[in-house]
Amino acid sequence: MQRLAPVVHVLGLVVLIFSFAMLVPLTTALIGHDAAQHAFDEAFLISLGIGAVLWLGGRRWRRELKTRDGFVLVLLVWTGLPAVATLPFLIYAPGMSFTDAYFETMSGLSTTGATVMSGLDTLPPSLNLWRHLLNWLGGMGIIVLAVAILPLLGIGGRQLLKAELPGPIKDAKLTPRIADTAKMLWVVYAAITLACALALRLAGMDWFDAVCHAFAALSLGGFSTHDASVGYYDSPLIEAVLIFFMLVAALNFVTHLLAFRQKSLVPYHRDPEVFGVLGLVFASILGVSFYVWQAGVYPEFVIALRHVSFNLVSLATDCGFASTDFNQWPVFAPMWMLALSCVTASSGSTGGGLKMIRAVLMFRQGVRELERQLHPAARLPVKIGGHAVPNQIIFAIQAFVMMYVATVVGMTLVLLASGLDFLTAFSAVIACINNAGPGLGEVGPASNYAGLSDFQTWALALTMLLGRLELFTVFVLFTRAFWRG
Amino acid sequence: MKIIILGAGQVGANLAESLVAENNDITVIDLDLSRLALLQDRFDLRTVRGHAAHPSILRMAGAEDADMLVAVTQSDETNLVACRLAATLFNVPTRIARIRSTDFLEAEGGFLAEHFGVDHIISPEQEVTETLRRLIEHPEALQVLDFADGKVRLVAVRAYHGGPLVGHELQDIRRHMPDIDCRVAAIYRRDRGIVPKGITVIEPNDEVFFIAGRKDIPAVMRELRSMERPVKRVMIAGGGNIGRRLAARLERDYEVKLIDHNKAVTNQLAEKLHRTLVLTGDATDEDLLEQENIESMDVFCALTNDDEDNIMSALLAKRMGAHRVISLINRSAYVNLVQGGEIDIAISPAQATVGPLLSKIRRGDMAAVHSLRRGAAEVLEIVVHGDFKTSKVVGRRIGDIALPDGASIAAVIRGEDVSIAHHDTLIEAEDHLVVFALNKRIIPKVEKLFQVGFGFF
Repeated sequence: MQRLAPVVHVLGLVVLIFSFAMLVPLTTALIGHDAAQHAFDEAFLISLGIGAVLWLGGRRWRRELKTRDGFVLVLLVWTGLPAVATLPFLIYAPGMSFTDAYFETMSGLSTTGATVMSGLDTLPPSLNLWRHLLNWLGGMGIIVLAVAILPLLGIGGRQLLKAELPGPIKDAKLTPRIADTAKMLWVVYAAITLACALALRLAGMDWFDAVCHAFAALSLGGFSTHDASVGYYDSPLIEAVLIFFMLVAALNFVTHLLAFRQKSLVPYHRDPEVFGVLGLVFASILGVSFYVWQAGVYPEFVIALRHVSFNLVSLATDCGFASTDFNQWPVFAPMWMLALSCVTASSGSTGGGLKMIRAVLMFRQGVRELERQLHPAARLPVKIGGHAVPNQIIFAIQAFVMMYVATVVGMTLVLLASGLDFLTAFSAVIACINNAGPGLGEVGPASNYAGLSDFQTWALALTMLLGRLELFTVFVLFTRAFWRG
Repeated sequence: MKIIILGAGQVGANLAESLVAENNDITVIDLDLSRLALLQDRFDLRTVRGHAAHPSILRMAGAEDADMLVAVTQSDETNLVACRLAATLFNVPTRIARIRSTDFLEAEGGFLAEHFGVDHIISPEQEVTETLRRLIEHPEALQVLDFADGKVRLVAVRAYHGGPLVGHELQDIRRHMPDIDCRVAAIYRRDRGIVPKGITVIEPNDEVFFIAGRKDIPAVMRELRSMERPVKRVMIAGGGNIGRRLAARLERDYEVKLIDHNKAVTNQLAEKLHRTLVLTGDATDEDLLEQENIESMDVFCALTNDDEDNIMSALLAKRMGAHRVISLINRSAYVNLVQGGEIDIAISPAQATVGPLLSKIRRGDMAAVHSLRRGAAEVLEIVVHGDFKTSKVVGRRIGDIALPDGASIAAVIRGEDVSIAHHDTLIEAEDHLVVFALNKRIIPKVEKLFQVGFGFF
């Protein structure tokens, strides 16, 4: 416990700050006089109290955090904050189980967007806003926020970012001080969210829905204020706006920042992932639309194109909105969309899964081994953006992909053992580990995750956590070396 | 002229040799005493041992009354500092630096001249790379030289049986190719130069030098020999400065393979080059060459630092089926030994460097000097000044100019225009003339012909 105390001290501070986020839905509740007002009152005070106790309690052991502490802290934050975030739900609806509430908040903070709640349309607006706010805060990682703020309090933050920022190339720093980088990324993120909200408002949503959906779109979370998700609006314009912003969010925010700063599109051209993400998505849209149209699901190609565009982009970017029940399409189409969700998000975006850069590097590694058969004496570096990637990174990515596959297989088997059918189990694991949202079968877009047993719900919550923390951060805690000192 | 040469490496030694031969006072500075001793034994020159960029050493070498400083040490920085010192402390009128790093070469135009006092930059690696590139573009040619930014080229080619023009008089060129403007500047038959006339008959095995517009070159060559298939696959042995540059230059248009034995070097090259296949291994390793399909290579270039290695690997590649082999050879004795044998072309890096320098030490206004046939012949690009009275060439037709025996005017460059020289071409002031000198001995006469008379001043 001696070793955990300094981490708990920082965790207390994070919880303390996080509790202030509840003031946002509380304000909404006060203005709209909705039924969840007392829930936020109490939840705010309780979480404030928890945070204060942890922070003050750990003060005696306060010290500069080491890399190892960083791993523990990230895990504690990502398991602890969802627990704190369940308070408004539990207080508002005493009948809701902690399991379901935790699944919902984990889904929110990990930007998965899978839900166990139905009757969203009649939920108090403040609670809906809370769900979307969780998406938004989770989007770029609460830790990044913490990194931007905690250094002001004299707590070193560099080691946190290393564990937190997604993607394999983590050392591409933009500014000498990590806190400045984090702050600038936050600004870009917030600015694009604002643009998205305005666009959605202009496209016909009311202000509340526009803000909520902008939160969910930019974080690639995918919560909606309606049970029918985006299908509720049945508006091609809204779908088009969301498609655009989901694709924006699936690109690296560092690239957005560079483009903002240089006021040019060159950074997108230089980003080795942009072409892969957009190319794969657009090619898939055309292919799948044609396939679905040929299969006779829609009478006209244009209608197929509209529905496929939205749902495919939504799933491929790991967002998880739905405008129609794609579960009804021939199984190839949704399976292909789930397959895309593994790769079509950039590192440094809010999407999940393997990330495009890992996929590209793995592909080139494969090509390299084939070429080596023909030219045994050749030096064949794996390159990205014209630069050779050290073999060490290739090995790390191979290990990552191996663990990713093993996790998918393992969790699918666990769910099968618990009694789910194969399609549901497999698609749910893929959707959760990629932080995408809806799966197929029983957890498809027309239904939700409410029908699962408690055990299955916990298993999938764990899967989301593993996916969001890119496996290594969690698995490293289970190595013997970590605890040996 | 009093000339100080910094650095007694390959480039420095070769320069010293050529410049001594042209009656200049040479002082060579180097740190390595044994190299200096070797130079002093072979040539009539002075040597100073010491750091080339130290003022005291430069003073000792007589920088105060030197006419020219040529800094050709291995280090760009030493060369630049020496030029700066020569300009500031000693007022040496002409300062020439060898620059290897592409970073300096590609930097903002003029900063080397402005801040380091460098009048002229020579880059042997770049010269050799360009030479090789031109030879790969025209695989039939023995030598290719650019004039007027490559608008016209002087090409040396060996005539073979079967070329439509072989066995015919030169004046038949007009009938064979009425649309093409070209001029044969010189012919070498069994190593003896001939000044071509209209009635000269081209014989098989003649080495023919002709000048023509860039796009006309293949058509003219087709008259003299059967054409090779265009080059597609190139193999380079040696990943040094030249090999790397050549691969980078070629990789967009050709399939390039590069072999080097040093693993650290190949790792670095594989990172920098994008389409070249970089191989680690020995270029004289039969198995490796076999594995990499040496027999389907159109050109094999041996470009290591080691003459013997280059010769052996080029011979081996030729024996194993490479279509055409080019070897880099530094020692002039070896060049004479191998050229025209199994190795198709031997390139001497020193010769590529000496040319630009010679243009600085010649009398008269020379825009460029190219050494041909291992220094035996020269092509000069001469700028004509003066008027009808003061100059012996301005205002006259080419046919009326009293050129020394063994010299011929091949082309006239007037501003942006380039024309192939004919008997009735009228020379104007400020024209650039491309003059071919079959023999080095006549060069002083050529210089004298083009000098402006006293009336000009």
